[in-house]
Amino acid sequence: MQLQQMYQEIILDHYKNPHGRGLRDPFDAESFQVNPTCGDEVTLRVHVVDDVVKDVSYDGQGCSISQASTSVLTDLVVGKPVGEAFKKMDAFVELMQSRGQIEPDEDVLEDGIAFAGVSKYPARVKCALLGWMAFKDAVARSQGAA
Amino acid sequence: MTTTAAPLDVTALRADFPILSRTVRDGKRLVYLDSGATSQRPTQVLDAEKAFLQQHNAAVHRGAHQLAEEATDAYEGARQRIADFVGADFGELVFTKNATEGFNLVAYAMGNAATSGPEAARFVVGPGDEIVVTEMEHHANLVPWQQLASRTGATLKWFTLTQDGRLDLSDVDSVITPRTKVVAFTHQSNVTGVINPVDVLVAAARKVGALTVLDACQSVPHSPVDFHALGVDFASFSGHKMLGPSGIGVLYGRRELLEALPPFITGGSMIELVKMEGSSFAPPPQRFEAGSPMTSQAVGLGAAVDYLSVVGMERVNAHEHALTVAALEGLSGIKGVRLIGPQDAVARGGAVPFEIEGVHPHDAGQVLDSLGIAVRVGHHCAWPLHRCLNAQSSVRASFYLYNTLDEVDALVDGVREAQKFFGVA
Repeated sequence: MQLQQMYQEIILDHYKNPHGRGLRDPFDAESFQVNPTCGDEVTLRVHVVDDVVKDVSYDGQGCSISQASTSVLTDLVVGKPVGEAFKKMDAFVELMQSRGQIEPDEDVLEDGIAFAGVSKYPARVKCALLGWMAFKDAVARSQGAA
Repeated sequence: MTTTAAPLDVTALRADFPILSRTVRDGKRLVYLDSGATSQRPTQVLDAEKAFLQQHNAAVHRGAHQLAEEATDAYEGARQRIADFVGADFGELVFTKNATEGFNLVAYAMGNAATSGPEAARFVVGPGDEIVVTEMEHHANLVPWQQLASRTGATLKWFTLTQDGRLDLSDVDSVITPRTKVVAFTHQSNVTGVINPVDVLVAAARKVGALTVLDACQSVPHSPVDFHALGVDFASFSGHKMLGPSGIGVLYGRRELLEALPPFITGGSMIELVKMEGSSFAPPPQRFEAGSPMTSQAVGLGAAVDYLSVVGMERVNAHEHALTVAALEGLSGIKGVRLIGPQDAVARGGAVPFEIEGVHPHDAGQVLDSLGIAVRVGHHCAWPLHRCLNAQSSVRASFYLYNTLDEVDALVDGVREAQKFFGVA
């Protein structure tokens, strides 16, 4: 069934038990992003020390895809140098824009590979990228403020 | 078919809509419950467009050759039939790109009134004046008024909603005051289907000399509407929601108002006399139809109106009411489903928005889509309404003349399926 292809168990697990959820201190910058077609929103904070992502915390309302992808994001980037985190982000964005045409690298994206099926549904790609756009914006703000 | 009280023969009628017999998502029968967003077009409309393009296509209101004459006749003939359909006179209908452009046309023309002649004085809006809207509005009949207020220094005021999603008119006289210049409101909510008491708002607006602007996008396609009888000053609706083409909307304006209203978009076709120092403008409706207009779309919308007239709008309305009653009953019988807006079908058209506890609307829509059921998810361009009714977003099923009770059952089953899939049943 197509539905299972999209809603992999990994996605549903992250949705039901999100990692890193909740807004925390300390943080250097915060970003609020909204998907104007459905009203889903996320507020995401980053704490960067010596160019390493020390913490990502977030809160928001959204569908399983947007919530799960933000949960996966925290797994992928917390503890990583900003450059490496951005490389993972680029890989995730590329995967989401692939319409199911590329084979994701599990070494880079870990649980993020579960979103390959979502990339076949253009209407849901924005959902999957919502938290990542907030992360990108928050890091840029933290660097701008530094 | 004649316009009698006999129910619709939906099976026969569905044969006019080829798209309804296709399948989606690996062979699932299409259950199209998104006509509130856009309706499907019958063969009669498609054929009318094709025949126009194959036999009569030319630029309208230009040229003296035979095709130009035929094209102009087809274009203006459509205007006449659409005018008859909505209880308006020929010269009171302006073709626009869509309904949104119609609202913007009125709002921008009012903004231009301050720098126009004395005949436009009644449209001038400025500091101290008030523009009234409602929290029920589609963004199309809200944002243009916010913008007019911010451009002119006028104040935006609005009616809020009751708990069950109807307009709260308990304080009409404190919202609509002698300062009010415009009252813009929807005839029928695109989210909840709520039908507003046009008479109450028109009476209150008239008492203070304010103009009324009606969003008729969801009423004209689904019920008999007579703008003269309603007494509104302006109204806007779209072609694609009433079996017609996209790329065409209609703005209705009372004749004396259109005659005094300054133009919005200027250029060719809308002028009377052009000199280097300045220009004068054509009478309405041409004054508001600058540039080459859409033609086959107007012809298609004319054919859509013919189709609906043969079916009979009373029958369309009665059929959709039956579907709405069935949907409300079916959905309210599911534990964990919250109907947004009115819980009953009184003074309400064929739109049913709801939430499923533990299943985000986007996810619910995905499950329904996998079953072939097309619904709208999100805020449906009515964000303030959702905020007002404590919903972040919703799933909306909307009906039209070609939908069946079987399809309502498929929706109800699909919602149970979504609950099962997300483990909340």
